Amino acid sequence: MEQKELIPHLFRTEAGKITAVLCKVFSIQHIEVAEDITSETFLLALETWTYKGIPDNPVAWLHTVARNKAKNQLHRARIGEKISKAIQSQQEIGSGPDIDLSPQNISDSQLQMLFALCHPSIPVEAQIGLSLRILCGFGIDEIASAFLTGKETINKRLFRAKEKLRADNVAIEFPTADEIGKRLEAVLTTLYLLFSEGYYSECQDRVLREDLCQEAMRLTHLLVENKETNCPEANALLSLMYFHTSRFPARKDASGAIILYDDQDEALWDQTCIARGAYYLHQSAQGNRISTYHLEASIAYWHTIKHDTPGKWENILQLYNTLLQIQYSPIAALNRTYALSKANGKREAIQEARKLNLTGNPYYYSLLGELFSGIDDEQAKQHFTEALKLSQTQADRNIISKKIDALTQ
Amino acid sequence: MDQYLLIMRHEDGMKVASPEQIQAWMKQTMDWIGGIAAQNKFVSGTGLPFSDAKVVKSNKVVTNGPFGDIKETIGGFIVVKASSIDEAVEFAKGCPVLAGDGNTVEVRKVAKDDGVHA
Repeated sequence: MEQKELIPHLFRTEAGKITAVLCKVFSIQHIEVAEDITSETFLLALETWTYKGIPDNPVAWLHTVARNKAKNQLHRARIGEKISKAIQSQQEIGSGPDIDLSPQNISDSQLQMLFALCHPSIPVEAQIGLSLRILCGFGIDEIASAFLTGKETINKRLFRAKEKLRADNVAIEFPTADEIGKRLEAVLTTLYLLFSEGYYSECQDRVLREDLCQEAMRLTHLLVENKETNCPEANALLSLMYFHTSRFPARKDASGAIILYDDQDEALWDQTCIARGAYYLHQSAQGNRISTYHLEASIAYWHTIKHDTPGKWENILQLYNTLLQIQYSPIAALNRTYALSKANGKREAIQEARKLNLTGNPYYYSLLGELFSGIDDEQAKQHFTEALKLSQTQADRNIISKKIDALTQ
Repeated sequence: MDQYLLIMRHEDGMKVASPEQIQAWMKQTMDWIGGIAAQNKFVSGTGLPFSDAKVVKSNKVVTNGPFGDIKETIGGFIVVKASSIDEAVEFAKGCPVLAGDGNTVEVRKVAKDDGVHA
């Protein structure tokens, strides 16, 4: 890899690790100090490597520089008493003053930082933003693009969230045994939303969207690989992510337009991802609690079988029946009704659809259009036309227009 | 919005139906409940197995079933959200249990949090 590509690549993979370890050393009160040291380290790499060439082991080089900068910072004790107190207590529990950038401590620090950032005291969009910034090395402009908002908004959001974490003096540590269940739930929600942000985002930058998904998966992997956090729900979430990711290459055409499931070329589905999804789904089948992640992963599993088998839609229907009992959402209600049409027939599904009370939702009319197609094409067209009016995005409008055209021919 | 209890009364399926038929009834029941949940009107519910059931009488004598004088007894219940008893009755009408002669669904308002009862 050329230096021009190497530094951004390393920044993406290493910055989050270094920052997490340093945050833990400097405590939540001084997140900025940790972030600054990381930036300075990469800046120095840029300057030095340009003249002296890339070192044999660039990662070790970065770690050494970051470690030295952190030690100097501690030594000068510029940031006051609070830090030295934090260091003292660390020494007391025996972890020593060294800046430990071993793989074990990196992954522990990242996980503990993840728990701190997903603290219930800050809003979930801020949790996602901070995780992207601090743990995934994302730039503010990238986060802004992903959220389809301005840099200013993101800066303010992250600033306020850091203030809140400081004010609450949130500890960077594993939650206690009786707390971990609830805190883990919050972390899983954030990772789920981070993944969804990448998967469903309207953002046109495909690389950025896939990066969001990859980062969500990397952080979920951390949970699964640590025995304290390796719970069935985390495995189910990871499984869900793999199943969805398997369709990444197939769900958009060359121009970036969405290709609907039925029209996707299954030869483009990534079989390695599907196999991993199946592995983690299997791993998740422990204990006796079924979470929404289990149900969504199982639904995603059935979608990896392209051809309709007798069991496929019946299974998907029953999974949606159960999912809706645990957690209602309009999209699950609409998908359930679609599965009902596949399992029990369109006429029953039309009756059920009418009860959904989702008349403000464009997807409701798309569903009705779909259900009436082949039964009453005139009504189908009217529903698609209504969907077109309510639709929020160009991508959706293109799909609906195609459906209307097909009915008109 | 109030909550209503839908109490299903029917015969013990194990005594009158084949496993395949019971499976078909299960699917119908799950589809019925899924339809209510898809309207965001489902609160909770469960089936009540007929086996291993007891009745405690006023003199504290414990008996196995039957639980009433009629052969239809409570096989399960669900709690739904509804804005009126009529809406709750509409949900009950969809219950597949009603396909069986003599079976019933009793609809009762839940008193807790209704602002009237303690």
